[in-house]
Amino acid sequence: MGKQNEIIKAESKNFDFHYADGTHALKNINLPLYEKKITALIGPSGCGKSTFLRSFNRMHDLYPGNKYDGEIILHPDNTNILHTKVDPIEVRMRISMVFQKPNPFPKSIYENVAYGLRVRGENNKRLLDEKVEEALKGASLWNEVKDRLQDLAYNLSGGQQQRLCIARALATDPEIMLFDEPTSALDPIATVNIEELMSELKKKLTILIVTHNMQQAARISDYTAYMYLGEMIEFDETDTIFTKPSKRETEDYITGKFG
Amino acid sequence: MASTIKPAKDLNAVRALIKKHKKNDRLFSVIGIFVIAALAIALLVLFLDLVIDGYPKMNLEFFSNFPSRKAEGAGILSAWVGSALVLTVTFFVAVPMGVAAGIYLEEYAKKGWFSDLIEINVANLAGVPSIIYGLLALGLFVYEFGLGTSILTAGLTLSLLMLPIVIVSTREAIRAIPVHIREAAYAVGATKWQVTLHHVLQYAMGGVLTGIIIGMARAIGETAPVITIGALTFIAFLPPAPVSEVMPFINFNWLDAGFTVLPIQMFNWISRPEHAFHINAAATGAVIIILTLLMNGLAIRLRYSIRKKIKW
Repeated sequence: MGKQNEIIKAESKNFDFHYADGTHALKNINLPLYEKKITALIGPSGCGKSTFLRSFNRMHDLYPGNKYDGEIILHPDNTNILHTKVDPIEVRMRISMVFQKPNPFPKSIYENVAYGLRVRGENNKRLLDEKVEEALKGASLWNEVKDRLQDLAYNLSGGQQQRLCIARALATDPEIMLFDEPTSALDPIATVNIEELMSELKKKLTILIVTHNMQQAARISDYTAYMYLGEMIEFDETDTIFTKPSKRETEDYITGKFG
Repeated sequence: MASTIKPAKDLNAVRALIKKHKKNDRLFSVIGIFVIAALAIALLVLFLDLVIDGYPKMNLEFFSNFPSRKAEGAGILSAWVGSALVLTVTFFVAVPMGVAAGIYLEEYAKKGWFSDLIEINVANLAGVPSIIYGLLALGLFVYEFGLGTSILTAGLTLSLLMLPIVIVSTREAIRAIPVHIREAAYAVGATKWQVTLHHVLQYAMGGVLTGIIIGMARAIGETAPVITIGALTFIAFLPPAPVSEVMPFINFNWLDAGFTVLPIQMFNWISRPEHAFHINAAATGAVIIILTLLMNGLAIRLRYSIRKKIKW
């Protein structure tokens, strides 16, 4: 598993997750995220891949009663981001997220991108302008919106809205970006745009993506993990998973015999 | 080839069935139109009756004259000034408290049986007869706190009445904000207060404003609680002006002053035997209805213009 010369950016160790209603959603998950690589989580609906992804920025803390066990270690500082003493807000400032459905705020394009910086107390107009431009360029949206930054975000198309959400997540220079089925609400052309964008982004940061689309995982990811019923069945380099998986269940899922 | 396809045997039966079902559509439409028309006509007749009866009094002097023993020269100056000042107090008490309570209950309070209990009670408070609030105010504000029968007391009393309306509408407006917008804000590292201030409050503003205006429209017509706390029925002077030309320009002496309000003035005139006073009462009633309609219209307008800017 994994090449020896890769740097581990984060890893989950013996990670279990229970929802407030008692559902044991994740069981003993061990997974490394390699720096500046794309790791894809695949598996049938309800297998826990989104639950796992959302643990990386402590989204489950928003709803009372959810319980984490085990660790998710963030390197190089060896912080266990699940520890109760670690503020979830600190975690979200380091690890940003792009959601399944584009969810821009009902504000201007500019304010959407600048919001992460505003939350951090940044009010310097020049610096904000620079950062917004940089993030929009990073999300390959700049050319389409540079003349109408004060327009409301919902006037953009679905694909543009999703790239706006990527720009919003990018503006705060995160170490890891989480993508929760980012293209499932988009048309094929917008999907290609987002996929190309992710390949570009991984030059700068580490990416974890949940996807329903196996071709997508095969196209863009460096590593793939197959999950089923809350367990990690197999994790390996994407090529290996899709050509010669070592587990029977993985092969059945990949070849469409199941799932 | 097409000629060989025969229509299904029971096509006529299907058509008959559809016809029968559509009869219900028509029936319900007729009932609906009838009910709506009955309501609209009732309101219109009531309003026109007041306007026609009160028409002779509808002039500027009616608004600039004090009440008088002579019906011809009597006006509603002290009443509308009193209503305006009382509502000012109500607004500044009920709005911050109601909005803050709504935000707390929806965003901060732990969900459980206790918050459910509070929710049920707040909803019930909105339906408590207003005279009960009057009795509470008489015991608490007038006697216990010694505030007397003043504009302050009346304002506080009406704000009790308005609070549940503001709280309920604030909570409903907040609940309408989709989870994914909230999560987006949290995901970039916002604290609860930042999410509340930058998102929740702004997106809920349309609903909150509607609740405030509807609450104010209710407060303006309330009579029973204001009579209960002992408001005067005949007043031929104005409270001290809130703003003055000398330092410090603003004073609060008016809070302490005696007062009357529009519905009490109307009630007073109705109870007179002379017909001329009944004309005054009708004119006052028309003024109250026009104010209420204007406020409701404003609420609809505000909600529309704010919602137009927000899409999820």
